[in-house]
Amino acid sequence: MSKGGFDVRRQTGFTTVAVFCFVVLYLPIILLVLYSFNAGESIAIWEGFSWRWYVSAWENERVQAATVRSVVVALSASLIATSSAVLAALATTRTRPWRGQTLAFALINQPLMVPEIVTAVALLIFFALVKVWTGYTGLAYLIIAHSAFCLPFAYMPIRARLQGMDLSLEQAGADLYGTPFKVFRRITLPQLWPGILAGAMLAFVISLDDVVITEFVKSAGQDTLPTYMLGQLRRVITPEINAISSALLAISVMLVIGFFFLSRTPK
Amino acid sequence: MIEIEGVTKIFGVGAEAFTALDDVSVTIDANEFFTLLGPSGCGKTTLLRVIAGFIDPTRGRVTLDGNNLLNQPPYARPVNTVFQSYALFPHMTVAQNIAFGLEMLGKPGSEVTSTVDEMLALVRMTEMADRKTSQISGGQQQRVALARALAPRPKVLLLDEPLSALDFKLRKDMQLELKRLQSETGITFIFVTHDQDEALTMSNRIAVMNEGRIRQIGGPRDIYDHPAERFVADFIGDTNFLDVELLKVEGEQAHIRLPSGSEVVARAAQGGGRTGGEVTVAIRPEHARMDEAEGALFQGALSNVVYVGTDTHYHIDLDSGGQFIVRQQNQPDQRHERQVGERVGVNFGAGIGQILKD
Repeated sequence: MSKGGFDVRRQTGFTTVAVFCFVVLYLPIILLVLYSFNAGESIAIWEGFSWRWYVSAWENERVQAATVRSVVVALSASLIATSSAVLAALATTRTRPWRGQTLAFALINQPLMVPEIVTAVALLIFFALVKVWTGYTGLAYLIIAHSAFCLPFAYMPIRARLQGMDLSLEQAGADLYGTPFKVFRRITLPQLWPGILAGAMLAFVISLDDVVITEFVKSAGQDTLPTYMLGQLRRVITPEINAISSALLAISVMLVIGFFFLSRTPK
Repeated sequence: MIEIEGVTKIFGVGAEAFTALDDVSVTIDANEFFTLLGPSGCGKTTLLRVIAGFIDPTRGRVTLDGNNLLNQPPYARPVNTVFQSYALFPHMTVAQNIAFGLEMLGKPGSEVTSTVDEMLALVRMTEMADRKTSQISGGQQQRVALARALAPRPKVLLLDEPLSALDFKLRKDMQLELKRLQSETGITFIFVTHDQDEALTMSNRIAVMNEGRIRQIGGPRDIYDHPAERFVADFIGDTNFLDVELLKVEGEQAHIRLPSGSEVVARAAQGGGRTGGEVTVAIRPEHARMDEAEGALFQGALSNVVYVGTDTHYHIDLDSGGQFIVRQQNQPDQRHERQVGERVGVNFGAGIGQILKD
């Protein structure tokens, strides 16, 4: 940039604002992680280092059950969302432009636009009807709901990857006697994997993290980890919550780092 | 034999409609090295993609040995393409790339292996078989793309400007290499290029295209020595254009009068043309001679002398207006050098000038 040009870093107060934002964003998280190692019962008074709350959370049967449920829901939902997202991404990038394509795009991304609470209430009412009809009260409701709102998160990286791929590779596949299905399996899919994995990871994290829709849709005794934690907040808060949060944070960060490495285009 | 009849391709509709191919008809023989030559946007690549099956023409017929190609998807056509970008599969090795077409055709494993080995040897890439395609040079990638397209023994090989990404020296080598491969395999090559040297060097026949139409089809010598119209004469090589008066036409001989008043015999326009009046005659710079002014067909003053190593280009301002360029090969013992401003004359033999249709 030229010397006289606009440089945001030279504006008065830029550093102050930046530092303030980072402090507000990260200090609470750092404190949360710090107090998960507190030896005492308080989440505010430091009484020395200890792993006791991690041990306590690990041994808590309700935490165990909620964790297993969270993982089952997140795995199923990310699997369903990612498979649908692959099909949706193929249909929106590898076909001639079709009537209603923009509408389809909007529909796929609907969960990003409709307020979550609205979706939650709608699902609550809808599933209540279905429950009366079928009598089924299992985990499927949660899995379906999670699959739906995870779809756009899985769709985005897959679509981006497909758009970035050289179309002439698929043409070369077809030219060399590959039927459309074989070309997809041998040419498109192997190159799409990083996008698919990235989409699946993103969907997994989003599902693992969800409170609002889960809280509305779950049947009795179907707490996931986040809704369990929400429930605990109404009682006495111990650093056990900090420990669970820190563990969740660690998992999410690892997945995001994985996402970052996978979505980089290989050179 | 490929027969292309009245193929037209219009992209878009209404005011945005663009005619990429305009009623193109041509017959390409088996075992022929046929080149589509023209500037970018002339429709040559579109025609190639119509034959490959990536573009459906708006109108027209394309048949291969009598079978309609247009109702077959790309994967069913016995036609392979060498893409301009090579389009090698980045997640496969060199050998896997070459094997792909054979595997898709369901050839048994032993045949796939032996054909791949044969192809690797043909393009001299045997040592590179297990490399990833990103680990080899541009020239090597181009040879792999060629081997991959040749491996399934297609009836026709389509080549879309495959040499344009290579540097000059490599391009020269590959031109001869391609010609060798074509005669060794006996496969029909349809080669697309905007490079006249490539076209003249390799082809049995050339179709010169412009604005979606074929302007002239012929052997390299035909096209170069006897261009049918101004575009062809101008696009291929350097040409002098003279406006002359056509006196009479006798078969291939056309009697013309130059602006200087001299009369000479030129070659009549391809496929008829006018029999009198004002016409344009094209003369290649190396087909004319520079002589003394006295007694020459026409005269002028030397305005520039350009030395280009093998040749010298003499730019002559004609007395009758306009410029004429004569190209003469340099000799090692050449002593007499012409000076700018000197008066010189130009001569050319009977039948050297080519009358243009337009």
